[in-house]
Amino acid sequence: MGLDFSVIPKYLDIVLLGALWTIAITLGAAIVSFFGGILLAVIALYAHPVVRWPFRAFSFLFLGTPLLLQLFLIYFGLVQIGIDVPAFVAGVIGLGLHFAVYNSELFQTSILAVDKGQIEAARTLGLSRMQALRKVVVPQAVRDVIPPIGNNMIALLKDSALVSVIGVSELTLSAQRAIGSTYRPFEFYVLVAAIYYIINLGMEAVLRRVERRIQASK
Amino acid sequence: MDYALMQRVFPFFLEAAWITIVLSVLTAILGLTCAMLGTAARLSRFRMLRFIGATYVSVFRGTPALIQLFILYFGGPQIGIQLDAFEAGVIGLGVNVGAYMTETMRGAIISVDKGQGEAARTLGMSKWQAMRNVILPQAMRLMIRPLGVNLNTLIKSTALVAAISVVELTYTAQRYIGSTYKPFEMFLIAGLLYMIIIYVVGLAVTWADRKARLN
Repeated sequence: MGLDFSVIPKYLDIVLLGALWTIAITLGAAIVSFFGGILLAVIALYAHPVVRWPFRAFSFLFLGTPLLLQLFLIYFGLVQIGIDVPAFVAGVIGLGLHFAVYNSELFQTSILAVDKGQIEAARTLGLSRMQALRKVVVPQAVRDVIPPIGNNMIALLKDSALVSVIGVSELTLSAQRAIGSTYRPFEFYVLVAAIYYIINLGMEAVLRRVERRIQASK
Repeated sequence: MDYALMQRVFPFFLEAAWITIVLSVLTAILGLTCAMLGTAARLSRFRMLRFIGATYVSVFRGTPALIQLFILYFGGPQIGIQLDAFEAGVIGLGVNVGAYMTETMRGAIISVDKGQGEAARTLGMSKWQAMRNVILPQAMRLMIRPLGVNLNTLIKSTALVAAISVVELTYTAQRYIGSTYKPFEMFLIAGLLYMIIIYVVGLAVTWADRKARLN
């Protein structure tokens, strides 16, 4: 069985629709992972030990295990405790949490790197501890880690292919559907790889622009 | 928590963990080999080789590892490559991780002070001698830690071969979740086994790093 790329146009709309879903999942999970990462970082650094330790244990477990395994846990775990969410939501939560833990590690380092005098000054001006964190420390910490966070988001795009395994109809799964009726895995997977590659290049270009702006604003 | 069930299925997870270890070791060997070739190509004085090296890194880092596996395993037969799932897993993941390791190695080599190479050349060494005797020994020290990070990622990404039904840890967990409806218990067993593997590898990397720094 040779190669025959002429089967692609007929299924192109399905595949491109899948690509839109991939972008939607990546965006959704990126937002969850960004704010979740900040939240986890603040909890890991400042919360009461009773809260802090369970969260640390959770982070430890999520850092040390594969994403695919975590997706299975979240998808089937939610069903088991009686929450029946659509696969898309389970995928966004799973991907988002996984990368929130990675982002949290970055945020923790950068929060600790913000000059202590900043907090003291904010406190002196009458801000509460929470306000000082939210309005003074976190904004500075976030700016410093945008480049590595951006890299995590590019990694997130590629890992979003995994949610096809729990039945989210994104790019990878839509290719599998097309393959199901054409028996042309090579052609469609290469097409899908090309689409991921293009989205990836786009994200890299955006990230480089943002990096330059941050550099300029310093 | 169903401890009795966990105890009953544990031996099967242990067997699967062994497959994950074998898979990781083979993938790491192939990955390091690809990375050496990739680094040599990227630092070569021939433009063609540099281009090939850069394309390798860009394409394999720019597309999902899962899709690369699928192209190899499901698409391979169409272009005359017949591999069983385990072989496809090792080759697919190895070539993929090799692209990441290429960047690590290249980064370490170019971060060795330029003056070192120039000094060696001034002393009459050829370019290759300077690389082998002066730059590489220093670069080796710099690359152990970041390569350890690559290894850590590699061990976790071996889970992907579950999608082409290699019976390793994640596949086993998935199968038992399906048959017992105890996702949390199964996640815990598989997760702990992964973390033990990663911890031991981490210890080895720290040891190698300290040893390299003492010399």
